[in-house]
Amino acid sequence: MAETTLETPVETHRPRRIKWGAIGDHTVLILGALLMMIPPLLALTTASHDAVTIHREGLQLTLGDNLGKNFHAAMFEKGGFTQTVDGTLMLMNSFILGIGFAVGKIIISMMAAYAIVYFRLRFATLAFWVIFTTLLLPLEVRILPSYEAIQKLGLTNTYTGLIVPLIASATGTFFFRQFFMSVPEELAEAARIDGAGPWKFFVDILVPLSRTMIAAIFIIMFVFGWNQYLWPTLITTDESFFTLVRGIKQIVLSYTDSQIPEHGQALALAIVAMIPPVAIVVFFQNWFVKGLTESDK
Amino acid sequence: MAQVSLEGIRKVYPNGFQAVQTTSFTIQDGEFVVLVGPSGCGKSTLLRMIAGLEEITEGTLKIGDRVVNDVDPADRDIAMVFQNYALYPHMTVRKNIGYGLKNRGNPASEIAAKVEDAAKMLNLTEYLDRKPAQLSGGQRQRVAMGRAVVRDPALFLFDEPLSNLDAKLRNQMRIEIKALQRRLGTTAVYVTHDQVEAMTMADRIIVLNAGRIEQIGTPSEIYHNPASTFVASFMGAPPMNLIRAQVEQGEVRINGYDGLMPAPASQNGPVTLGIRPEDVVLDDHGNIPFRVDILEELGAHRLLHGVVGEQPFSVMIGKDDAASTGTATLNLKPEALRLFDPETGRKL
Repeated sequence: MAETTLETPVETHRPRRIKWGAIGDHTVLILGALLMMIPPLLALTTASHDAVTIHREGLQLTLGDNLGKNFHAAMFEKGGFTQTVDGTLMLMNSFILGIGFAVGKIIISMMAAYAIVYFRLRFATLAFWVIFTTLLLPLEVRILPSYEAIQKLGLTNTYTGLIVPLIASATGTFFFRQFFMSVPEELAEAARIDGAGPWKFFVDILVPLSRTMIAAIFIIMFVFGWNQYLWPTLITTDESFFTLVRGIKQIVLSYTDSQIPEHGQALALAIVAMIPPVAIVVFFQNWFVKGLTESDK
Repeated sequence: MAQVSLEGIRKVYPNGFQAVQTTSFTIQDGEFVVLVGPSGCGKSTLLRMIAGLEEITEGTLKIGDRVVNDVDPADRDIAMVFQNYALYPHMTVRKNIGYGLKNRGNPASEIAAKVEDAAKMLNLTEYLDRKPAQLSGGQRQRVAMGRAVVRDPALFLFDEPLSNLDAKLRNQMRIEIKALQRRLGTTAVYVTHDQVEAMTMADRIIVLNAGRIEQIGTPSEIYHNPASTFVASFMGAPPMNLIRAQVEQGEVRINGYDGLMPAPASQNGPVTLGIRPEDVVLDDHGNIPFRVDILEELGAHRLLHGVVGEQPFSVMIGKDDAASTGTATLNLKPEALRLFDPETGRKL
C-alpha cells in the first residue's frame, strides 16, 4: 500500500471578505421578522396597563404593572351578559373547535381518499373532481343554506353544529389522494395476500404510513379551525359556546360594567388566543416539513 | 404442497387487450417452474392470476384439488415475493414477517416462534428489530422471503424478485432461493425476464411470447431443442445462430454459399438453420468460409462475431484457441443443427 500522509492544510488567513449578499438577506429577514413581531409585542405591552391609561393614551410601548391582573381577569373573571363565561371556558371551546375540526377533517378526507384510490368505484374520478370543485364553494358562499340546514336540524348552539358543517375537506382529500397514489401498489397486494382486508390494510398500513401527512394536515386544519370567526358567530348565540377568537370582541363591548372598555383584558385574551396555534406550529414543524416533502414508503 | 393446474386460462383486459392467450399446463407438486419471456409477454399477468390479484377471464385454475378462480388471494394458501419486496416500511422485520400470521389469528406465542424459525433459516435473526429502511437490498429480499416462508404455504410465487439486486448478489440469492425451495419442497412459480435465472433455477421452464406459450421443457430441452426461433434466440447467451438456408434433396445449402451438407430433414425449400455458437468448430479445412469482424473476450471462452454468406454469425471457442479477425473456415456439428420453418419460426 502506498504510504500516504495526511497533511493538515495550511491555514491561509485571508482578510474576510464582507459578503454583502448575506448581509442584505439578513437585513430583509430581520426587518420582516420585526414587522411581524411588533403587533403582538405591542399587544403584550399594552395589555400590561390598566383600562384608563389605555383609553386615555392609546397603545403603550412600555411594560406597565397590570399585566398579571389583566391576564387573570381575562381568564378567570366571569363576564358577558350572562356573567357565566370566562377566558378559560372560551379557551376550551376554541380547543374543541380546533381539534374537532382538524380531527374530523382528517378522518373524513382520509376515508374519502381511500375510497377513491383503492376501490374500483364506477365514478371514482368523477367523485374526486366533484369533491375537488367544492374548493370553489367556501363556507362564505354557502353560508345561508348551511345556516338554514343547521338551524332546521336544531344544531345551533351545539358543538356538533359548530364543527360538522366545516368538516368536509377537499384540500385534505386531495392531499391524501396524492399520497395514497404514491404508495406502491404492491404494498396493497402484499397485504391482501397476507390476509389483511380493506379495513385492516387501512388501519395497519395506510394510517401509519400517512402519519407525517396526518401531522401536517392536522397543523394546517387546527390553525384554520382555531381562527374560524364567521361560522361560530352565526351558529352560537349562547355565550357558553363562544370561542376565544370571537369572545375578544365581546369583552371589549360588555365585559365589565364600567364605561371604559377593558382593552387591556381584550389584548391579554388576544395573546392567549395566539399561543396555541403558534405552539403547535413550533412543536410540530419537523413533522410538518416531513409530511409535505418526504414520505417513508 | 400442491399441484397447480391451469386449464384454458385466458386474460383479456377491459380495453380488449389480450394479455394471455388460452393456455393450459400443470405444475407438479414440489416443482420449481420458471415463466420467462420478454417484457409484455404476459408472464406477470399469468402469475398474478395464479395469485388472485388479477381476475381470470376464462378457464379454470386449480391449486391442489380446489378450483380457486373466485377464491380471495388470502385464502389460496399462497405466498408471493414481489420485485420491490413490498415490505411494510413502518413495521420491524419481526412484524413484517409475522403480519400474515397475525391476520390469520394465530396465537402470539406461535407467531413469535415461527418468525424466529424463519429468521434463523434466512440469517435474519439479528435484524428482527430493524425497519426495512435500515436493511440492505439483499437483506430486504430475505425479509420478503421470510414473509413467504413463515406461512408454510402450498405455493410460492416470485415476481422478478432479484431484478433490483446487483449482479453479484443476484447470483448468490439465486442459489439461496433455489436451495430454500428444495429444502421446503414447496411448489414454486417464478417469473423472470432473465434467461440465465430461468436456466439455472428451473426444474421446468415455460417460455412465453406475446401472451402465448412458446415452449415448456426442462432447461436442457429448451436449450438444446428450442421449439421455435423465438426460443432459440431468447434462451442462451450468446443466442443461437439463425441463418437462412435451403434444403435440396436432403441436403442443406446456406444462402450465399454453395457448400452442401447433410440435412436431418426431408423437406425441400427454404428453412431457417439454427446452431449454437459452441457447436461450431473453427477448422482450417472447414467447408464454410467465415469472416471474423469482432473478437469478444469472455474469460472462460471467446466469442467471434462475423458473417457467413452475408448473414451475421457467431462462434464460441475456448479461451486458449488461437483466433484473429479476418477470414477463416469452419465446420458445423451436424447433430447440433436445428431446422425451423422460415415463415412460422416453428421447429421442423
